[in-house]
Amino acid sequence: MASKLDIVGETGLQFYGKMSASLSHEIKNALSVIQEHAGLIEDFTVMAEQGAPINPQRVKALAGKIQGQIDRANGIIKGMNQLAHSSMDESAKSVELREVLTLLVALSHRLASVRGITLEAKPPATAVTIRTTPFFLQNLAWLCLDFAMDGAGDKKTVGLSAEKTRLGAKLRFTQLEGLADAPTERFPGEREKALLETLNAEVTIHIGSQEIVLTLPGDLDH
Amino acid sequence: MTEKVLLVDDEKEFLDSLAERMKTRGMDVSTATSAIDALKKTEGESYDAIVLDLMMPGMDGLEVLKVLKKKRPEVQVILLTGHATVEKGIEAMKLGALDFLEKPADLATLTKKIKEAQAKKMILVDKRTEAKIKEIIQGKAW
Repeated sequence: MASKLDIVGETGLQFYGKMSASLSHEIKNALSVIQEHAGLIEDFTVMAEQGAPINPQRVKALAGKIQGQIDRANGIIKGMNQLAHSSMDESAKSVELREVLTLLVALSHRLASVRGITLEAKPPATAVTIRTTPFFLQNLAWLCLDFAMDGAGDKKTVGLSAEKTRLGAKLRFTQLEGLADAPTERFPGEREKALLETLNAEVTIHIGSQEIVLTLPGDLDH
Repeated sequence: MTEKVLLVDDEKEFLDSLAERMKTRGMDVSTATSAIDALKKTEGESYDAIVLDLMMPGMDGLEVLKVLKKKRPEVQVILLTGHATVEKGIEAMKLGALDFLEKPADLATLTKKIKEAQAKKMILVDKRTEAKIKEIIQGKAW
């Protein structure tokens, strides 16, 4: 039987691999768009060499679109970089849950989109800070979101929010209209249970209020 | 002969620029931003080549390929993907794709594949027409 440490390690590697594959795919999409815009500008110059006038407004618009795709790719790489850094943190540290939500949405955007699901992050107005292991939290939050997407129902939307509690904090996955039809007997599974134990956390499914709630301690070490 | 092409990708900016570049090169290009839209377009029109993104929301490229091949076996599909794995490539070829190109794809390579698709489709259509004519001739008691 695999130990909790083995399961957490394997789950972490799978999570890191899945996110890297999805994000690198999205970077390639941005590069493809840049390539076609640049190719179009090149076509314009070839036509200009043959005497056709260049429309400066079109070139300007294309330059703007190229910049937009560069910003998109840069945002994706920023997310990958944050995830890579968090994977190196072995011990607990101060984590702001609004940042966790923002990163989760950035990491999962493409995977959700392929499933036809829209992610709606509703971060709190003020900071919600706890002490925990960032990579394990990010991994567990992804597993909860992955399952939540199965329960999104016909509305195909998952809301994500965070809130401070007396003993720590809660992450909520809301608007799960199809949660009653989701395979709730399989969640939390072995992987989620290992991470929940590692993070001293708890996950609960609320069919009535159509949400999954991840309850986290304020300080993992106390 | 003008190549009639359908480009299918959920990245609209990619579609717009690629379509414009292909039109400049004399091709007759239509676009679709979803699998459903692409399937609708193929109901009323016949294309020499369909350039299809592998990963799209709702229905992925391989599923679309299956449906297209079932409806029109002569249709020539070129799959485009951000990450070309051997496994997916083999699956695509088994399902009848003409080729499997990795993004960002070079326009010259894509154009060459589209011309190949057009030639292959013409041969298949000619064969099918010949078979139909034979069937009609053999069915008649002259």
